[in-house]
This record gives sequence, structure tokens and C-alpha cells, in this order.
Amino acid sequence: MISTGRKILGYVAASAVLLVGWQLLAMLIASPALPGPAPALTDFVRLFVPALLPQLGYSAWRVLASVAIGTLLAVPLGLVLGRSPRADAVFAPLVFLSYPVPKAVFLPVLLVLLGIGNTSIIALIALIVFFQILVTARDAARQIPSGSVTSVRSLGADRWQVFRHVVLPASMPDVFTALRISSGTAIAVLFFSESTAGQTGLGWYIYDAWGRIAYSEMFAGIVAMALLGVVLYELIESAERRVCRWTRAGR
Amino acid sequence: MVHVHITDASVTYQGVDRRVHALDGVTLDLAEGEPVSVIGPSGCGKSTLLFALAGLVPLDGGSMDVGGEQVAGPRLRTSLILQDFGLLPWKTVLANAALGLQVRRHPRAERERDAIAALERVGLGDFLHTYPSELSGGMRQRLALARALALDADLLLMDEPLSALDALTREDLQGLLLELWHQRKHTAVLVTHSIEEAVFLGRRIVVMTPRPGRVASIVDNPDFGTAGYRDTEAFYERCAALRRLLADEGALHVADGLTGEAETDVASEAVRR
Repeated sequence: MISTGRKILGYVAASAVLLVGWQLLAMLIASPALPGPAPALTDFVRLFVPALLPQLGYSAWRVLASVAIGTLLAVPLGLVLGRSPRADAVFAPLVFLSYPVPKAVFLPVLLVLLGIGNTSIIALIALIVFFQILVTARDAARQIPSGSVTSVRSLGADRWQVFRHVVLPASMPDVFTALRISSGTAIAVLFFSESTAGQTGLGWYIYDAWGRIAYSEMFAGIVAMALLGVVLYELIESAERRVCRWTRAGR
Repeated sequence: MVHVHITDASVTYQGVDRRVHALDGVTLDLAEGEPVSVIGPSGCGKSTLLFALAGLVPLDGGSMDVGGEQVAGPRLRTSLILQDFGLLPWKTVLANAALGLQVRRHPRAERERDAIAALERVGLGDFLHTYPSELSGGMRQRLALARALALDADLLLMDEPLSALDALTREDLQGLLLELWHQRKHTAVLVTHSIEEAVFLGRRIVVMTPRPGRVASIVDNPDFGTAGYRDTEAFYERCAALRRLLADEGALHVADGLTGEAETDVASEAVRR
């Protein structure tokens, strides 16, 4: 297991590489639209408490709530579809027809139905996360070795106990992989929906700064959004370490 | 301990792409506390016989009676031990051993006490909080046994439990199985591919025909369980006789395309329905 110290060191080193690359690119392009890290980070520090922190709060709440809602709905449904051929026969065609539809196009519909603000943004991200997790959970449940199910059933387990002791834990590593991928999508959709529908959140802040041609402020917002992404990813990582301890055993 | 009466049992089930006639009119009686080995060619329905006895595969003819009751589903004190040990990699050694008790809703303290006692009995008392992936093959098999012991099983159904182990570990565990039987005198059905194992662990040895599985013959093994049996002349003679019998059945020549493992998979497919 990677220690926390080494992990932080890794992040520091990676940040240094990115900052150097950013600086070089800014010097190469020499455009006001791409300020170097120095003015952007100065603004980031200056604006963090008065301007960025409240927006970060909105954005963090939206992305956490939507990822949680999407996951909590998708995991049980996906696992049931994966284990029950009858439910799968009914719902799988529905899922596969609607999966490729880019859910982001429903933002205008959601805005009309749910109004501008938190609810429609959370609904949109949750919808996208839901489909990504659903498909993964279904596939994971289908691939469970029959021996695991048989041995637990031979102990007299009922359907719920098979679900709880076999299907759910066996699928968790795959669900967490999907969740990590979804976290990136969730941040992207967060930016898209906040910049389109709202007067709050980091997405709105970045878009607003762009409108005011305040490029270093815009980059301060981008840095804040990147940090939000890292924190979300790390939250998912630590949840996985807790839930899937067994995948680290025997290495 | 229980007696087992299998009368004219037949099983047919839908396999992946065809109907499989796995068992055909099997009749077999086990006395209370009698250990029986079952041996036969690959794909002779040995696994299906166990799965049916465990209440996981329905019969479509005949009957199975364990301890005076018809087998209609999993039975509380029947324990099935599978080829791949049936352990759950996401549960610790202790939780795996206690799983049968947990499924039966025993209180936590009680099931942990019983599971720990069972684990100590098979020599895993120091590994309560490790995961199966951290154990050797032999230790995993001991864990599977501990689960059966924790349930205080009076009927042990074992589907080639030792086939994945190296020769030394296998002998070691054969010794443990025998020792446990001497202590507990449980009724047991051991499905195996190994002639020596069948002779070492069965008071009687049931030879089955290729699919559909029927009982070809039953060999008495009166010296079973005597001290040092493995090293006696009688043991070698019994093995040689059993080998000749299997050759006559075509078991040593027939290759019908199904390995033991594939058979278990097909039988599991039947369970899933």
C-alpha cells in the first residue's frame, strides 16, 4: 500500500511538472488568454477565501450529491439486471438504447422542468453517472464465478443473502473503477451545466471571468476546479480501500 | 449422524446449448456415519450427484432421502465442499468459516466462537483475519473444511476437494479428513478422480459409468481407516483391483470431451436456473 507521505510527494512532483509545462506553454504562446502560473496562482491565493471558496462549496455539494445519487440508484439496479435474466430481458434493451444518447442534451429539458439551479444540475450529473455505473455493475454481476454462488446457496442462503454476501462484494472493485472514471465525467458535466445554467459554482465563475476578460481569475477558477476533481478522486480511492480491502491482500 | 437413501435417482437439465442427461437411475444407500468414495470417468455425473444431494439440483425421477427426509433444498447440516473450495475472497478466514452460521442467523458471538473452534481444529487458529488469497492451497482447503465443521455437518459432500493440491499437501489433507472422520463419524460422499484417494477415504467405493451416470459397481473396502492402511499390501491390491474395474468401464480410455471442471460448470449452470 502506498503511504500517505509518498502519495503527497507524488502529487507535489506532478504539480511541479505541470507548472513548468504551463509556464513554458504560456511563454511560447505569449497570449493574454493563457497567463502563466504566477499570475493565475497569485489570483488563486488572493481570491480563494472571498470569491472562490463559496463557489467551490456550491460545486462540491452538487458533484458529491449527484455522484452519490447516481451510484446508489445504479448499483442495486445494475446488479439485479446482471443476476436476473428475466429482469435483464425487460430492461437491458432500454438501457442499451438510452446509454449512447448524450445525456447532456437533456439539460434544456431539465432546466424547463426543474428550473435553473441546483436541482437540474444535480439531476443531469446523476443521470450521466447512473448510466455509466449501471452498465458496469450489470457486467460485473454477470461475471461472478458460479462456484461462489453455489457454495453460498448450498449453505442455505436465500436470494437476499446471496446478493449481500456474494453479488454485492464481488462487484465492488468494478463499480469503483467505473466510479473513478465517472468522477472525471462528472466534473466535466458540472462545468458544462454550471456555465450554462446558473449564477453559482466554479463553472459559472470560470465562464464569468472569461466574459470579463479576467484571464488570471479564470485560471484561478480552473485550478480550483482541478483541485475539486483531485479531492473527489481521492475520496473515491479511500472509500475503495475501505470497502475492497481484500483486493489488496496477498500482494 | 444420518443415513442416506438414493433410490432410482435421475437428473436431466438444460445445459448451455443442449439437454444433459446426467444421472440415470442411481440407487445407493449410505449407513449412518459411512464414508463413501465415488469415482468414474470425467463427465459421469459425479458432481451432479452431489449437487442433487445438496438440494441444489432437482431430480426428475426417483428420490433422495437424508436422515429420513426427502431432499427438497439445502439442508441445515449438509455441507458441500467444492473443487475450488467455494471460499469468498472478500471475506476473512474467520468470516468465511462462520458464513454458514451467519446465513442461518446465529448470533455473532456464538458463530465466531464456533468458527474459531473449527479453525483451530484444522490448524488455522492463527489466521483469523487474513484473506483467502493470502493462504496456500492446502490452507484454503482446511478453511473449507472448517466451514463444514463450524456447521457441525453430519453429511459432508466433497467434490474433488483435493484435486488442485500438490501431492504432499494432498496426502496431508487426506490424513486430516480421515482423522476428522474418526473423531466425528460423519456420513460422507467424496467424489474423486484419484484411485488412491478413493481407497484411502471410502469404506465403499462407488464406480460410475460415463454419462448418463449409473452405478457400475460398488467395491467393499473393509480395511478402510485402519492405522497405516496406505502402506499395506491390501491397500495396493485394492487400488489395482479398482484400476482394473475402471479400465473395464472404459474410464481410463474414454475421452468424451468433458473434463471434471467442465462438468462442475455445467452442473452449476443447472443450479443457477
